[in-house]
Amino acid sequence: MIRLENLTKTFGAAGSGITAVDRVSFEVPEGEICVLLGPSGCGKTTTMKMINRLIEPTSGKVFIDGKDVTHIDPIQLRRSIGYVIQQIGLFPNKTVADNICVVPDLLGWDRKKSRTRAAELLEMVGLQPDTFMKRYPKELSGGQQQRVGVLRALAADAPVMLMDEPFGAIDPINREVIQDEFLRMQKTLRKTVIFVSHDLDEAVKMADKIAIFRAGRLEQFASPEHLLSNPATPFIETFLGTDRSLKLLRLVQVADAMLTPADTVRPEDPVAKARDLMEKSGHPAIIMSNGDGRPGGIILASRITGQGSCREAAEPVRATVPVKVDLRSAVALMFTHDMPVIPCVDEDGKLQGVLTYRSIVRSLANSKIAA
Amino acid sequence: MSDVSVDKVAGTAPRLALRGGTGRAYKLGRLIPWLVLIAAVGIWWFTGDTPEDILTYQEDIVYLGGQHIALVAYAGGLALITGIPAGMILSRPAFRRSSEIVLQVFNLGSTIPTLAIIALCMTALGIGTMPAVFGLWMATLLPIVRNTYTGLRNVPKMLIEAAQGMGMTPRQIFWRVEFPNALFVIFSGIRTALAICVGTAPLAFLIGAGGLGELIFTGIALDELPMLLAGVIPTALLAVLTDFIVGQLQYWLVPKGINPLR
Ligand SMILES: Nc1ncnc2c1ncn2[C@@H]1O[C@H](COP(=O)(O)OP(=O)(O)OP(=O)(O)O)[C@@H](O)[C@H]1O
Ligand SMILES: [Mg+2]
Repeated sequence: MIRLENLTKTFGAAGSGITAVDRVSFEVPEGEICVLLGPSGCGKTTTMKMINRLIEPTSGKVFIDGKDVTHIDPIQLRRSIGYVIQQIGLFPNKTVADNICVVPDLLGWDRKKSRTRAAELLEMVGLQPDTFMKRYPKELSGGQQQRVGVLRALAADAPVMLMDEPFGAIDPINREVIQDEFLRMQKTLRKTVIFVSHDLDEAVKMADKIAIFRAGRLEQFASPEHLLSNPATPFIETFLGTDRSLKLLRLVQVADAMLTPADTVRPEDPVAKARDLMEKSGHPAIIMSNGDGRPGGIILASRITGQGSCREAAEPVRATVPVKVDLRSAVALMFTHDMPVIPCVDEDGKLQGVLTYRSIVRSLANSKIAA
Repeated sequence: MSDVSVDKVAGTAPRLALRGGTGRAYKLGRLIPWLVLIAAVGIWWFTGDTPEDILTYQEDIVYLGGQHIALVAYAGGLALITGIPAGMILSRPAFRRSSEIVLQVFNLGSTIPTLAIIALCMTALGIGTMPAVFGLWMATLLPIVRNTYTGLRNVPKMLIEAAQGMGMTPRQIFWRVEFPNALFVIFSGIRTALAICVGTAPLAFLIGAGGLGELIFTGIALDELPMLLAGVIPTALLAVLTDFIVGQLQYWLVPKGINPLR
């Protein structure tokens, strides 16, 4: 657990200097990721560096697990905190293995143990240890370097990690991959992480809590959901942008937004039944389910003509959405395939519910009320 | 191989290296022995009976060559064990302010011809090996100090910050991060310095310290081509050999990750 209390840093002479960090207080519970977010120069890096005492605060305190860090020897403190700097900073004179093992070596771990650990870590991010242990940083791609930078911070298994824009220098596609990788690791590792970013999408994706900074002040400290639905100040509202409700889509799972139990018809039902159900629910379409519980077709209200069975009226299902994904992907599928109603399926392809535009809007509104 | 290393030095340390002309001096220092060697061997080859004439100086070559090597070894060794620590100290943050001034003085010193330095040493210290070694040491020192300083100063800030953030002590930061990453540039300085040292050593004869200069200068004075060549060829060979050895050391000792030669 990390707690900041009225943390302040003034560079230059008191009075005339710039206050880079101004009376910042917040608390990050154990195992959570807190993202420090804000425009360039707002004091994110400075705040982070005061935690491992690379910068000594002008006033205020930092507590890790209840201990005031000023009472811990800075060298010992830093060895007990994983640290990823803004520019990766791998040592070009050391191999990948030696880079990862910097802190274990400082702590005097057995060499065999630390190298085994390095190999395990490389494996976790899909880098073949046999190939990569002996390589030098200059022989890695940007994305690989960034991964090794993160592994280096994980090597000594420190419970606390400070990460300063760890995925900053990488293209958006690979950044998503590496973020997912990190989140997957975090699920088992449960580190307490302070993560600097200036990318809102990244923050929303990674954070349990987001701390928004502006000119050294903490403007809002909240969960991503809360932040997106209830921005505390006009500055934050502007910062989040007009598309913030779209960002919120990312935070809601299909399973939480879909309509259950879904109205369905069977192939042998008369079309009239489908029309009645749609009139009652107001949905523009209805799913026809096969005998095995899988969606077999979709019947659009606008296309129903005359009589007959549902089998004849149904169109093929162009896409289904897994219940595990977030609403953003679901909406993307609905747009791409022009499906006002999309069946939500479990891992076996069995129909679990349906998603309509209206159900999405409603669930976003709900998260606003809940937050 | 040589061009790569020269460019890299200029690339990693553009400001100081260009101002002080290390890059140019380095190139010349590397080239001259080869040119001399080729010219001398050419003359040897094409002037009738000179080859046998030169070999009549065999005993002198061995004796004076030994002296020559000793002079270079003392002066070069001294320059290494003083120059590298001096460069290290100057690169420390505490000396940041004074170091620029000190290096300016050094730069100024390097514009004084080596012959003048040696002459001054004679005036101050008399004749013999000691003043000669001292003079050679002065002439050799600058590239070593400057490259050590520049190499260390040019280690990227972020590496030092990363090292600090991971809990290295200042001493560990120096030996595990700064020094290894400066090593290539330091070696380039040593290479230049020793080339200068070997090439300047013949002047030691002028203040009575012997060496291959004796054959060269006497050869000039007596207009004896074979005698002159008997001094020039071994001197040039020695320079080429020294450069080769330091080059090999640089190639193998500088970690692969920061060695542009590998
Ligand atoms: N050592 C220093 N001396 C003086 N001013 C500093 C120093 N370090 C940072 N600052 C100033 O403090 C402010 C906050 O800097 P900081 O590095 O924390 O910004 P940041 O939020 O990390 O920005 P970025 O997103 O660009 O990395 C800036 O105005 C910066 O100029
Ligand atoms: Mg920063």
